[in-house]
Amino acid sequence: MTEDELLAAAATDGNVAWVLIASALVLFMTPGLAFFYGGMDRSRNVLNMLMMNFWCLLTIPILWVVIGFSLAQGGGLLEAEGANDFIGNFDYFALRDAPIDDGGVFLVSIAFLGMFAVITPALISGAVADRMKFVAWAIFAPAWMLLVFVPVFRWVYGGFLGDRGSLDFAGGTVIHVNAGIAALAAVLVLGKRKGWPGQGHPPHSMPLVMIGTGILWFGWFGFNAGSQLAADGRAVQAFMNTFLAASAAGLAWGVVERLRDGHFTNLGAASGIVAGLVAITPGAGFVSGMSPIYIGLIAGVICAFAVGLKTKAGYDDALDVVGVHFVGGLVGSLLIGLFANPEFFGVEFKEGLFEGGGLSLLGEQALANAVTIVYSFVVTTLLMLALKVTIGVRVPEEVEVAGLDLAEHSETAYHEGGGSTLAETSGTPSTATAFEQAGV
Amino acid sequence: MRLVTAIIKPHKLDDVKDALKGAGLAGTTISEVKGFGRQGGHTETYRGTEYQIDFVPKVRVEVVIDDGDMDRVVDVIVKAASTGKIGDGKVWVTPVEAIVRIRTGEQGVDAI
Repeated sequence: MTEDELLAAAATDGNVAWVLIASALVLFMTPGLAFFYGGMDRSRNVLNMLMMNFWCLLTIPILWVVIGFSLAQGGGLLEAEGANDFIGNFDYFALRDAPIDDGGVFLVSIAFLGMFAVITPALISGAVADRMKFVAWAIFAPAWMLLVFVPVFRWVYGGFLGDRGSLDFAGGTVIHVNAGIAALAAVLVLGKRKGWPGQGHPPHSMPLVMIGTGILWFGWFGFNAGSQLAADGRAVQAFMNTFLAASAAGLAWGVVERLRDGHFTNLGAASGIVAGLVAITPGAGFVSGMSPIYIGLIAGVICAFAVGLKTKAGYDDALDVVGVHFVGGLVGSLLIGLFANPEFFGVEFKEGLFEGGGLSLLGEQALANAVTIVYSFVVTTLLMLALKVTIGVRVPEEVEVAGLDLAEHSETAYHEGGGSTLAETSGTPSTATAFEQAGV
Repeated sequence: MRLVTAIIKPHKLDDVKDALKGAGLAGTTISEVKGFGRQGGHTETYRGTEYQIDFVPKVRVEVVIDDGDMDRVVDVIVKAASTGKIGDGKVWVTPVEAIVRIRTGEQGVDAI
């Protein structure tokens, strides 16, 4: 279909209404992610974590409407033919030619996709927690959105990777594999936290983690079912897949911990839910029936073990962005190669191995992810190195010990009696002592 | 005059408070504290990683009393705070040199 035909087909009141709601749901995921990460962080760094995420909500919408959307989609909206395979253009610079007399379908797609541009760099914040200078993050997050998210988005949706037949319904490759491998690159430049892995950095507030998980799950219905950009049967199937994969993965991760470590934990269930949501994202509109349950179960088990890799390999991915988002996204993306079912949807795309399509789709999925991994890792490393040699990427050691909230933001999350002291562990000084030591 | 300080299990606080009220004590001050003794700490597990938590939450109860009440008050606290299990805590008594009630300026035993 041409661009105009695509837009005309999408321009019904029902479709626009659903995508508006879905956009707001996806926006809510970034605060959800902030609480998910913030609860896992220590009490002296929780505000820094929240602000790293909210920073993306402050800067990226503006950057997206001025230039990001145009570079991602300019000259070839929504997989139109004849588009540049590698990068967009300046056609939609600063919302130029963005009408509302098309029923709003064009403008709502800019808003909807902008929410994805916000949360993708925000995902990386969990890896660099506890030690990254806020000013370095303030430059890194928007720069990364333009340099890494935008090109990969183009390649997969309407560019050379999508044209070859690789599938990514709502951003398994573009968002989770992309941000996950960038998280690895970022922490390799940033270095380990003081005391890691010998000294404990346990979560300071599990209730906050559970609230964040609930918000993420809620918002993810907009993320996946909204990616159909229409209120139709396929959107409902994507909704159902999102529902089931998260349950299955949360159950699977929790059971792994119960059998391996002895207890069914809140953090295990929450981590599994997020891993399941990540894993079903690429396939949400390509699989059906019991497939989302299988995908969730597989992703939950694999990710429950993948988070242990960092201690063995020695990279300090603080809150497991690699283990959950990179691994979960990759597993989900490759599993489309097994479960993709075009016959069910009545839409033309490659069939998975189990649906009689052979290994062709699996190969395309592997290629698309490999290209994304190499590009994202290299460019993220260069971006972090450039920041390191110019403004520096790490806070001074005394700030790391005393906590980033006070030094970087001049705020304290929990004043005395609010639980801050109960979350501390052995071997780490109490907040008051640390301030005295640091002379803050 | 004496200061009785008790470190007790948090869930025994209500029992100790009721016992002190029952014994006719005029007031007490409590605080949430952490520490370790023979009980040691415990482990918590997050994403498969075990963390040793050495400091256990306790409640500190402080009561200022007249010399003659010492044995009775200590006895009341020990009875109310006891579970018979490790980690029940301790009670100790220290001398107090001066007390002033801020509102009235009363001093010594009158200020208790």
